[in-house]
Amino acid sequence: MDGVHDLGGTDGTGRVSHTPTEPVFHDGFEQRVFAMVMVTMARREYTMDEFRHAIERMAPAWYLDSSYYEHWLAAMETLLVEHGVVDDDELCERLEQVRAGEATVPDRTDPDAAGMMRAVVESGGGTYRGPGEPAFETGETVRVRNMHPEGHTRCPAYVRRAEGTVQEVHGTHVLPDARAHQEGESPEPLYSVRFDGEALWGPDAEANTAVSVDLWESYLRSP
Amino acid sequence: MTGDHDDPDHPVPTDDPEARARALQSLLVEKEKLSTDAVDEVVSLYEEEVGPMNGAEVVARAWSDPDYREWLLEDGTAAIGDLGYTGVQGVDIEVKANTPETHNVIVCTLCSCYPWPVLGLPPTWYKSPPYRSKVVKRPRRTLREAFDLDVPEDTEIGVWDSSSEIRYMVLPQRPDGTEGLSETELAELVTRDSMIGVERLGEQSAEELA
Repeated sequence: MDGVHDLGGTDGTGRVSHTPTEPVFHDGFEQRVFAMVMVTMARREYTMDEFRHAIERMAPAWYLDSSYYEHWLAAMETLLVEHGVVDDDELCERLEQVRAGEATVPDRTDPDAAGMMRAVVESGGGTYRGPGEPAFETGETVRVRNMHPEGHTRCPAYVRRAEGTVQEVHGTHVLPDARAHQEGESPEPLYSVRFDGEALWGPDAEANTAVSVDLWESYLRSP
Repeated sequence: MTGDHDDPDHPVPTDDPEARARALQSLLVEKEKLSTDAVDEVVSLYEEEVGPMNGAEVVARAWSDPDYREWLLEDGTAAIGDLGYTGVQGVDIEVKANTPETHNVIVCTLCSCYPWPVLGLPPTWYKSPPYRSKVVKRPRRTLREAFDLDVPEDTEIGVWDSSSEIRYMVLPQRPDGTEGLSETELAELVTRDSMIGVERLGEQSAEELA
């Protein structure tokens, strides 16, 4: 979808606030939200692609004015309600109880849970699905399609219609555009495509710069 | 009650994230979908075990062992896995080597993709709109203005936008004057920023880095 999350090349976003070091989590809220997302995703309540798309579906002003872990919380609320894990009335009611000091988070022990989460974190969940039959090869010139799907895509707007060079063929990978909408994995060849700065930004490009983006085959065509 | 940025499509009010997180957590615990043990384990893993010290170990090995360096650049996933690092947000990892001619820097313009097993969770600035928007369009200026890093005009800048599940990491150049240092000593010179590509180590001596 064409949304504010697709930030590459947007001007006027302010200064980069670089910090040489910072805590992994700044507070209990960040810990709580991070852990809840990791556990609910490990339990397959939703996929990573659905999760990213749920963040993208936040209202634009809200997205830009909220913190990173607020994005995570918003996406988790959306998906757990949509998938019937929690009910929206139930969630609103519980929220009022928390605000009134009438509800707290209970402790619950589960001796197997720690080991299960460690195993999930260590194994990951890769998207490679075999070599496939790629239509393009290394060194070939390709053009990114002019595409504007309403749903999820990992084709950033700033590379669309630009010409680049295939520098690596990654084999087939799960297509996020499909899995974000529960339409299966639909694996497709994935390519690392290199764009000269000028191919993306024209005369406003900085000299001697290039951007490499991983793009699925259906995003590309011959020039 | 709604927040400053009402979202009519969202199932709950959009303000007060702290209370919303507690409300959701209490429901998930009641439904036996979440336990204290699971939460504590996940938080502890990323606070204690998964962080940039892992990537620093990879870099130090590559600086010390030319065969490992070659393997790392050829098959990053396998070479990094050999040191025990893999998992969520890093099942496939590619490593891009900085040289005097090329400087590499990583970003995720669409969200916040970052190689967790070797660098840990990303810093706030990496996940925020200014960095994500600027570094693909004006990398040289962004590195200079935000990170005080002047990349010479004749050094090419290669930006890696992490749009798939393949994760990228930068192999910084080995600083001068580090001959004879052990891998453990070398690893201490490797910074998180140098593996993102917003800092260059090659032009600095070991004394400057210490």
